[in-house]
This record gives sequence, C-alpha cells and structure tokens, in this order.
Amino acid sequence: MNEKLLEFDIAIVGAGPASIAAACAASENGKTVVMLETSPWFGGQLWRSEFPRAKTRQAIKWFTHLSETSAKAFLNTTVIDAPAENTLLAETSDGNLRVKYDKLILATGTREIFLPFPGWTLPNVYGAGAMQALAKADWPVEGKRIAVAGSGPLLFAVAANLRIRGATIVLTAEQTDLMSFLKFGMKLPLLAPSKILQAIKYQSRLIGVTYKTSCWPVEAYGSEQLESVMFTNGKRNWKVDCDYLACAFGLTANLELPRLLGCKINHDAVFVDDFQQTSLKGVYCAGELTGIGGIDSALTEGQIAGLAAAGKMKQAKKLRRTRRRYNKFEKAMAKGFALRRELLKLADDETIICRCEDVTAGQLREFDDWKSAKLQTRCGMGPCQGRICGCAVKEMFGWENLSIRPPVYPAKMKNLE
Amino acid sequence: MRQSYDVIIVGAGIIGASCAAECAASGLSVLVLDKGPIGGGVTGTCMGHIVILDDSEAQFALTRYSQRLWNELATKLPEQAEYVRCGTIWVAADQEEMQEVHRKYKSYTENGLEAEILDNKALLKAEPHLAADLAGGLLVKQDSVIYPPAAAYYLLKQSHKNGAVVRSASEVKAILPEGAVGFSCGTIITGSVVINACGCQAPEFSKMAPIKKRKGHLAITERRDGFLNHQIIELGYLKSAHAAAGDSVAFNIQPRKTGQMLVGSSRQNDSDDPSVQHHILSKMIKRAFKYMPDLRDVQVTRTWTGFRPATDDKLPLIGPDGDSGKIWIAAGHEGLGITCALGTAKLLCDMIMNRPSEIDTKPYCPSRFAKGNTEDV
Amino acid sequence: MSDNVQITINGKTASVTPLTVVATALACEGVTRFRRSVTGEPRTPLCGMGVCFECRVTINGQPNSRSCQVLCEDGMEIVTDE
Repeated sequence: MNEKLLEFDIAIVGAGPASIAAACAASENGKTVVMLETSPWFGGQLWRSEFPRAKTRQAIKWFTHLSETSAKAFLNTTVIDAPAENTLLAETSDGNLRVKYDKLILATGTREIFLPFPGWTLPNVYGAGAMQALAKADWPVEGKRIAVAGSGPLLFAVAANLRIRGATIVLTAEQTDLMSFLKFGMKLPLLAPSKILQAIKYQSRLIGVTYKTSCWPVEAYGSEQLESVMFTNGKRNWKVDCDYLACAFGLTANLELPRLLGCKINHDAVFVDDFQQTSLKGVYCAGELTGIGGIDSALTEGQIAGLAAAGKMKQAKKLRRTRRRYNKFEKAMAKGFALRRELLKLADDETIICRCEDVTAGQLREFDDWKSAKLQTRCGMGPCQGRICGCAVKEMFGWENLSIRPPVYPAKMKNLE
Repeated sequence: MRQSYDVIIVGAGIIGASCAAECAASGLSVLVLDKGPIGGGVTGTCMGHIVILDDSEAQFALTRYSQRLWNELATKLPEQAEYVRCGTIWVAADQEEMQEVHRKYKSYTENGLEAEILDNKALLKAEPHLAADLAGGLLVKQDSVIYPPAAAYYLLKQSHKNGAVVRSASEVKAILPEGAVGFSCGTIITGSVVINACGCQAPEFSKMAPIKKRKGHLAITERRDGFLNHQIIELGYLKSAHAAAGDSVAFNIQPRKTGQMLVGSSRQNDSDDPSVQHHILSKMIKRAFKYMPDLRDVQVTRTWTGFRPATDDKLPLIGPDGDSGKIWIAAGHEGLGITCALGTAKLLCDMIMNRPSEIDTKPYCPSRFAKGNTEDV
Repeated sequence: MSDNVQITINGKTASVTPLTVVATALACEGVTRFRRSVTGEPRTPLCGMGVCFECRVTINGQPNSRSCQVLCEDGMEIVTDE
C-alpha cells in the first residue's frame, strides 16, 4: 500500500483563495507548508476556471505568488480523519497520506443551502453556484434555457456567466424583497467598493434578463428530466419552461473538519480570535468557515492566518482593520438575504429531503428530533453524510446534526487502516 | 396522563420495547419512559444480529428460544426493520478451528438446527470475497440480521396499539422501591411493577446490577449489492474477543438489506470514551482484511462506537431485582441484546404474571450475583 | 486533436480534451442520468463541488466515485447506473 508520512510546519486544508493566501504568507516567512485539496485543481470554487492557467488579474497575482514559494500541494487529496495529535489522515488517488504538523490552517470553504420543493431531485435541477462551477468545467450550457433562482448576490454572477457562455436566462428569481435588497445594495459602496464594480459589470451583461425580487420556485416538473418550473411571488403562480434550473438559497460553511477536531462553533461559523486562531491552540481558520464573506475577505483572512501561524504577529495585526470591514459586509449580507418562511414549507409529504436515502418530508414529520428522525428513517446516513439534507432539516425543522465521526468523507477501507 | 400503571418500563431500547409489546399484549397497562429517543442507546449503535450462540447451555437455550420468536414475527416486521435471514458462516482459519466447526455442527444439529459444514471450496463458493486460504466454515441457516432501532420502534407501536403509553425524552430520576418512578420535577408515577431495561445505565437504578460497559467500534460501507451473502464471524472470535480481558478485535461482517456491509468488531473493557479511536479501528480493519482482502477498496461511509452492557458470566439479568416483587430487571445482554430481546420479554412477563415459561429462567436470575450466591455461578 | 484523451462511457468510446472533468464528459456525451437513486429515480449532479454525491458513477471499476471531482485520463472506463 502506498502510505506516506510527511512532516510540515504548517498544514493547510483546502486550495482556494484563503488557502493560497495563507500558504504564501506562511511560506514566505520560512515555514514549510503543505496544502491538501480534495479536487484536482487549485483555486477552490471561485477560481476554478483559472486553473491550470489564470486569466484574471487577482488570480494571476496569487497563482504566480504561490508558484514562487516552496509550499507543497497535494491535489486529489481528501482529509478524512485526525487520527492522532497534530496529525491528519488523507485519502489520495493511490493510497493514503499522514501529515504531521505544528500548526494547522483550515480553509474548507462553503457549500450551497438547498431548500427542498417538489421536483427538486429531477435531473437538470442544479445548485446556483453548482451551475456556475459546472459551467466553468465546460458543462454544456450553450443554447440552454436556464432559470436562475434562490437568494444572494451570487445569482447575478451565475446569470451573467451563463449568458456569456451562450445560455438564455429565462428568469432570475431572488426570494428576498426589494427593500431588503436595495438596503443591502446601498451599503455596498461603503463596505466593499470592489463589489460595486463587479455588480456593474454583471449588470451590463444582464440587460434584457428578467430579474424579480420576492420571487421563488414552488415546483419543478418533468418526467425523466426537468421541463418547467412553477414560480410564485406569493400572490400569483406562473410556469416557466426551461432546460436547467440553477437554484440555491445561500451558502453554508463546510464545518465537518473543524467540528471533528473540536473547534468552537458559533452561529454556523468557526469562532476565531483576531489572528484567525480557533478555540484550539495552533489551529486556525480562514475564509468562508468563519462567516460567508467572499473572496476579498478570504484572501485577507488567509494572509492573517498564514502570518500568525508563522509567528509574524505584528504583520498579521496590520491586516485586521481590512478584515473588520469585510466582517460588516458579511453581516449586511445575512440581513439582506434572510430566508422567507414560505420557503420552509415548499416540500409536500412526498418531497424527498435526503437524496442519498430517498427520505421524504412526510417520513420526517413523524419525529420530534434529529436523532429519532435519523435512526428511524436513515435520513443523513448516505454517502453525503447529511451535508445536503442537514441544511434543509435545520431550516425546516430546527434540527441540527452535531455528531461527526470519521471518515469526514467516505473513504476506501484500506485508507483508514 | 394517568398516574398509575400495571407496568412501568424504564428504557425504550430493544429490550424495553420488547417487554412493552409482550406486557401490553398480555393485557397489562404499560408506560414506557426513556430519557432519549426510541432505540437511541446501544440499540441504535449495535450490529443487529439474531444469532444462536452456544458458549453455555443457558446461552444456547435463550438465543434459540428468542430466535424462534423473531422468526415468528419476521413476516409482520415493516420494511424499515430490514430483516434478512442471511444465515451465519462461522469461519475457521485453520484445522484447529475446523475442529470447532465439527463440534458446533454436532451441537447445533443434535438440537434440531439446520447447519452445514463447508470445506475451503464450498466456503469460497458461498462467499467469493473471503481469503483463499481459509480452512472452511459452518453455515447456520436460520440466523438473521435486523435494523434494531426500527424494530424497537415497531414493537413500541405494537404495544401502543394494545394501550401502552410511550414517552421518549422523559428522564427518570429514580426507581422507587414501592414500584414507582420519580422525575426531577418531583412528579411520581406509580406502577404495580417497574422494569429496569436501561442497558448500560441499569446500575444507576439497580445498584446490585453487575453490568459493565464494553466498548465496540463499527464501520458501515457504501452500498455494494451482491458483495456479501451471509453474516460471517471468525471462529477465533471466541478466543480473541470473549476470552480476552484487554482490548481485542475479531472479524465479523454483516450484509445489510441496503447492500451496505457492517464491519466489526472490537471489545474494550476499560473505556468510557465514546470517540472513535484510530488505533482500535485500524486493528479491527486489519483483522477484516485478513479474512476478506477485497474489502480494501470498499468505501466506508461512517464509523462509530457503542457500549455493550456486559456481565461477568456472559448471561443477561432477567428477573426480580430484590425480594419485593416490585422491581424487575431486564438488562446486561452484552452483544446478544437484539437476539435475546423477544425471549427476554416473554420470560420476564411470564415471571411477573406467574405464568409457566418455555425455558428455565433460573440461569438468568439476577440473584445469582447477590452476595453469598456468587460462589455458585 | 492528437492530445485528446480517449475514454469509454458505458462501453462506448469518446474523445475529450485533457483536464475534462468526468461529469462534464458524461453530460457532453449525452448521458442524461448519472445514477438511479435508492428508490429508482434518475439523478444528475446537484452541487458540482463534491459534496452531494449525486454524480456518483463507476470509474475504472470503482463504484460510487464522484464524477465531478475526477479528471478524464486516457483509457478511463466510466459506467453509469443504467
């Protein structure tokens, strides 16, 4: 078996913007650094199309920077357990890897929040960021009629990008109301000037696309795959024919690994101090794990974590003010895109909630707590380990799944040996 | 809710649920209480086999009796209970263990059970993924596997149909000697009798119950239909798992109705820590590879631990707790709680109602551990 | 293109550009169903980033592989849950 033991000053989990910034900062300050990344590419979700060759200015800057450091990276490498003190166990494409570290930086990013509605399991219903990620990976979108729905500023980016790739956007539906949306927009110049430019850029690409606030999908139709979607504005329902639906209701952090390690978590974000250190000494978190804030926030937090882990506290301190500004952006976002209650009642008794085990809302409604529901229906027991249905049942029923057991992702038995 | 019952059962695991179903079916008014969810203790973490064992005559009698009751119930169980009569293959690694195969064959068949000796070739035909160098095995046909929390849920639903009241998330503070239970809010509910079916927690209410926690690790795999046909237990199990005082592992695997496989097992006597310990898991997996090397590339979805309620003589406690006739106990089944649940419930209900029992209840009587009696065990 | 990668999808040969994600290759080759759910529903990828496990297919004999997280390689055999 191909088992390796490697030792580094600093181990970083993830290879998105926060991880890259952390790796650069730590490596530049003389530390040996390793990055462990599940996917076969650098850049996480945001810079996915920048790999293998970066195209945008910010990505070129950081990819070049990283390539000039001595930081080592393992792609196709999924951390599955923390088998001993200061040790990670990871599954690679041809075996496993044990990494011993002094300091650990977690930057495992986010996934999307899905709220089940009848028909959401049909082929060609995707997440919004998912559609974006798939399109970046050359998923066939050209000539397709796509409805974009859900919540958050991401919807603009998704619609704009899909349009550039030749798709027809039949509707962009934002669930939040116009007032909250405008209030969020008015805070933007103050909190994140770069986001305004981004927004204007998207706007120009979205001329002629219907954008509706207070609007959400209630049902998707199709026999073997998606054919149309019923939308509502709360008063009136109408059907929209489309090939794809790209729909998600915001982002949630991938907290499984911090939870397994025992990091303190507050309101769905890992608690960190001014230096990105978690409640565990020597364990840092950066990027979306500490609150959904976007790329600028991730890059700043990554740098702070990298510097702090390398012992450069003075330099890390200098970046704190920038970070605080981004934190305000995070709060404004949460307020601007709060989910409306109607969304939590879209699933009828036959709607599947747990897609791995095909558990329906009706089955779950028989129970009062997560443990009973899980034990009796198998909800959350499939290979996604509750990553998708966990968010849904939390929003719909208020149940939270706090128990994390290894492996953090399904792994071949030989790699757990 | 009324404040008096014929029987109050503390614990809604498989044992409590079975007792509730039996008592309610016998016409008694029943209240079931559990601090957690139904089947949320060891019932929710164990493997769920219904298997005949013959470590001792008493063990054989109870497992056999109880398995017969499960077989009778099988057709009524809901789909969710995932009952599969897959049979057990006791695998012999070498010629020495083959002798145990022959002994077991004789003992099982003489008692009217269906068993078949498998040589190396027959063994590999029955389970193509087993290691090629194993000596052989014994196929015991009537053994089965089940998903215990769903079975407990079903049994409680049945008891409810017969009038039983089931309250989960209701933590009992004390079992009172006059046959009542007290809650921390001060409420007291009285019963003619109280049954302590709290598994590992039974000693909290019955100070005399000599039950120790024995930790185990398990791993569940992805769905791989057709990979495994029978439950497989290594015959070294008896040597390595039951006998050893320290930490031990043994190969045990079950095919689940879902196509998944449940892989065990480990035994630790002196651990209270519920976390998955990598060195134990690793040892357990290595043992599994020795018997079934093809498991190496099968994905594990999750690992977890649980605590078996164990007694020193490997027999459960079924009977009166003390002399008052008010408090009864049904606990301490270690790894045979699911197997023995229905039999345990019948025997206990027989005793409570002064009915004759089909098998001798004496070997399981808790008084065997009372001071002065321990010499006889 | 000579640097194209040759793969087979359900026994049928296909040629894709290097660094193509398996999921994309399947979609481009007209696969409309990646797997059947446990109750038999057809499914395609949902999350596109390796967390939902809806894009599971068999890759080089390994079942339940996430096709959205694997790049096509020469000679790769992909089987969907038909």
